[in-house]
Amino acid sequence: MNSENSPRKRKSISYAKWGYLFIAPFFLAFLVFSLIPLCSTIYYSFFQYFRSGLKIIGPNFVGLKNYITLFQADLPKYLGNTLLIWVIGFIPQIFFSLLLAAWFTDLRLRLRAQGFFKTVIYMPNLIMASAFAMLFFALFSDNGPVNGSLISMGLIRQPFRFLASVAGTRGLVAFMNFLMWFGNTTILLMAAIMGVDPGLYEAAEIDGASSRQMFWKITLPLIRPILAYVLITSLIGGLQMFDVPQILTNGTGSPDRSVTTMIMYLNNHMYSKNYGMAGAVSTVLFILCSVLCFLVYVNMTRDNDSGEKRKRGARH
Amino acid sequence: MNRPKNEKTKLTAARAGCYLVLGILCFLCLFFFYMLLINASRNTFQIQQGFSFLPGKSFLTNLQNLLANGNIPVLSGIFNSFFVSALTAALATYFSALTAFGIYAYDFKLKKAAFAFILLIMMMPTQVSALGFVNEMDALGLKNSLIPLFLPSIASPIVFFFMKQYLDSSMPMEIIEAARIDGSNEFYTFNHIVLPVMKPALAVQAIFTFVSAWNNFFVPALLLDSADKKTLPILIAQLRSADFLKFDMGQVYMMITIAIIPVIAVYLFLSKYIVRGVALGSVKG
Amino acid sequence: MKRVKKLFSLMLALAMTAGVTACQPAAATSSAPAAPSSQAGEGSNASAAEGKVLNIWCWNDEFQTRFNAYYPDVREVAKDKSTTTLKNGTVVKWTINPNDNNNYQNKLDQALLAQGNAAADSKIDIFLVEADYALKYVDTDSTLDVKKDIGLTDSDLTDQYKYTQDIVTDKNGALKGVSWQATPGLFAYRRSIAKAVLGTDDPAKVQEQLSNWDKFDLVAAAAAGKGYKMLSGYDDSYRTFSNNVSAPWVTGTVVTVDPNIMKWVTQTKEYTQKNYNNKTVLWDDKWNADQGPSGKVFGFFYSTWGINFTLLGNSLKTPTKEGGKEEVGNGIYGDYAVCQGPQSYYWGGTWICAAKGTDNAATIQKVMKSLTCDKSIMKKITTDTQDYTNNKTAMEGLANSDYKSAFLGGQNHIKLFAEVAPKIDMSKTGPYDQGLNESMQKTFHDYFNGTIDLKTAKANFEKDVKEKYPELTEVKWPS
Repeated sequence: MNSENSPRKRKSISYAKWGYLFIAPFFLAFLVFSLIPLCSTIYYSFFQYFRSGLKIIGPNFVGLKNYITLFQADLPKYLGNTLLIWVIGFIPQIFFSLLLAAWFTDLRLRLRAQGFFKTVIYMPNLIMASAFAMLFFALFSDNGPVNGSLISMGLIRQPFRFLASVAGTRGLVAFMNFLMWFGNTTILLMAAIMGVDPGLYEAAEIDGASSRQMFWKITLPLIRPILAYVLITSLIGGLQMFDVPQILTNGTGSPDRSVTTMIMYLNNHMYSKNYGMAGAVSTVLFILCSVLCFLVYVNMTRDNDSGEKRKRGARH
Repeated sequence: MNRPKNEKTKLTAARAGCYLVLGILCFLCLFFFYMLLINASRNTFQIQQGFSFLPGKSFLTNLQNLLANGNIPVLSGIFNSFFVSALTAALATYFSALTAFGIYAYDFKLKKAAFAFILLIMMMPTQVSALGFVNEMDALGLKNSLIPLFLPSIASPIVFFFMKQYLDSSMPMEIIEAARIDGSNEFYTFNHIVLPVMKPALAVQAIFTFVSAWNNFFVPALLLDSADKKTLPILIAQLRSADFLKFDMGQVYMMITIAIIPVIAVYLFLSKYIVRGVALGSVKG
Repeated sequence: MKRVKKLFSLMLALAMTAGVTACQPAAATSSAPAAPSSQAGEGSNASAAEGKVLNIWCWNDEFQTRFNAYYPDVREVAKDKSTTTLKNGTVVKWTINPNDNNNYQNKLDQALLAQGNAAADSKIDIFLVEADYALKYVDTDSTLDVKKDIGLTDSDLTDQYKYTQDIVTDKNGALKGVSWQATPGLFAYRRSIAKAVLGTDDPAKVQEQLSNWDKFDLVAAAAAGKGYKMLSGYDDSYRTFSNNVSAPWVTGTVVTVDPNIMKWVTQTKEYTQKNYNNKTVLWDDKWNADQGPSGKVFGFFYSTWGINFTLLGNSLKTPTKEGGKEEVGNGIYGDYAVCQGPQSYYWGGTWICAAKGTDNAATIQKVMKSLTCDKSIMKKITTDTQDYTNNKTAMEGLANSDYKSAFLGGQNHIKLFAEVAPKIDMSKTGPYDQGLNESMQKTFHDYFNGTIDLKTAKANFEKDVKEKYPELTEVKWPS
């Protein structure tokens, strides 16, 4: 593996210690603040270990019993809830983000007040998720302003009870995720698009390419690493979805546990100080996230990697 | 003569479409702030009666009640939140850039393993190891301290990943090699040549980490007990459940408003800087 | 670093401007409280060196307020309220953790478990518990015996309502806590609506028409006929059923759902289908609003604290903070009255417990004696705040006096409370009450809303229970 282009390697060898030095703080902090707690979490997932009142039960080794219990319970359902809500929110999120990022960076459109728009669309992300959920709760309650205006417009007669309907509640959570994150994504994509060599656009413009062509043929392929990043982080964020549905449904995940996400389920076990089950949920979640994200990452970077190598090779 | 004119009208129409979509999105985004401000200016009774588009008269009353609320130390909350968030943003961006550069620029044996490892742990939700984390901090005597709230951000896999991506797309190795030829020490190269190139990425990630630290509730709620250490989200939760006998929604909305103002200020401050930084475009391919 | 500094000064300036603008109208009062918090912290540390710290843990400032106002030895209250200095120099340190999502209990548990290794001055001395989870602590040795360890005597405690002692008495008969309040429940109704529906607003006559659930249902139907709702929410009548069960929730590791709880389910489903209630949930905005001037709800089940605080606050159109007065003419002040309702029940209540490992037993004894046993203090609390306090003699004295509540249209509600307080039976309470009552209410809301059927609701309840309490193995439903 290491034997390819040996001259370059020999040259870099003297710098290897710098590599270790530069990544040392990260790994040290990670070891202390994440790895040790993580290992204890995984370790305890094989134990019966919880608090009953002020008494501590366990730890008694039970093998895979926690995991069996987990899959007999509704774990797949909660995973399904989480992914479904994420997808409903992510589709408009990536659509509008790409659209806005393309508009903002389009040299022909030259939109005015860009600063204002960019500032505003990121703002929902500044509100604490819990505060945001609280506002939504007030807004979409039975006697809230949304129902009020729908009734006064004559669209409905009785207030629509958003939070008593499965579709309504899931839709609201997804909508909130969209609103909170599309500005963030837009900024990321814009940073990526603006990092693209302007010379390419100039050349394309001289060749008579339209904005649309430039977007599809130049921008999109070149910002692929950032798109991969957006997709991965959003997926991770989606799997970690917690505050919004938690506050919106008062921790119940109702109606009928249809908006109970993985982390809410985890939280239920942490709430009852059940280290064993919480550990098992965490471990499943961990394995799941890793697999999903690796798939996405490998898929999105495969041909880009080879392209980059070619580019670098050419430079040398 | 005809064609450019045609193109012009087309462009105007396209622009109008853009503004319309942007306008709707902005309305959606700003409405919540409007609602927040309106509710911060109304009293509990009015808030309970449902939403109104006109502000109430209780803005100052709510503010005074909140500041006079001895159990909710707002100013120290702002200070704690700011202290933690600023340090988190600084540590996360600097060390992530350092780590990313370490992996990007050097060849060493564990490089690939290290990169794969970070990618794997990137998917790890914080909640997953929270219980172990709290116990460990307790054992280290760091419970009820602000340190465990910002120090772990030295290892921020997601920020690292962004930095690495940014380096991949905008940091030519030639510059570094040139610096080496000039006899620059590697650490000096990183601080004085690489970091300036990464400014836009640093600024973007500084905002993101600042905001998420500012709004973080989960971990601080597990760690902090004493009133003088509490951060804003904890104070808000405390106010909400303060005492149903004196449940005061006006104060809650006022508190949220106060919690959001500094973050907006920081955001406005940094967002200008980003636009400028990106526009300067210190990277040329 | 420079940028950080610049940012910091910006923030500081912002915070200061906010402070200054806020203070202009009432400079003296509002600028004071927030600033000196750090000084107060240092102050308490300095006296901590003398080894005289009383740590009190609670979830809100109710007890703190009572303590600062009525404990005779209070010398000084810190401006940020985080500490109270007593006359002998002892510093009371308040640790307030909100109750939400079991937060208070979790933190308390953690601290109590670490109590053995904690330094003397950081050990918990006093902590407060609520009725719904009192037994969780009473049945452990984390709580001290109020008589043997703390030194209260039977004669000190003789005037307290017996039920307030029963609930905090452990299996071996040791009393583990004391309370300053008694919380019998009543049914508070709107006089104007009672007149419209029943033709009378006289508490005795209204009580006659509501004296059992069948009659209550009839009145509900009549109210619905006139466009009123009998109750506001799903949970409104819950306590009247859950307090009159035949056995505690849990025996061994088996949860038994009492038939009386299922009566609540049946009744609430029927009320929802027939539009007798307003589909609200306890403590939500709409529920609170239903108690105010715009409400069209016949009445609410409320115990002592709820009537004079929550209901009164909700009834005003212009709140007192806005300069509104608590008087007839402001909203529906004066339009409520209370009666006993179909079944006797209680709701809420806070107990003071002494923590094992305390080094302040003498102070704790004095605190408990002054704030829960002293007749004159208890009477003063009731006359000042209208809270119903835990002293039979004092309360009966008020009940037989010409005491009148203007809020309740001149009714002496203390008299009604004094009648029902001795009837309270807390023998069916258990350590799981808070969790199981919450699960019951939450999971069945979906059923009332019509989203799921009864079978699913039951299954969801079982899931909820097993997540909350891993040690519970089975849920039995009444056939």
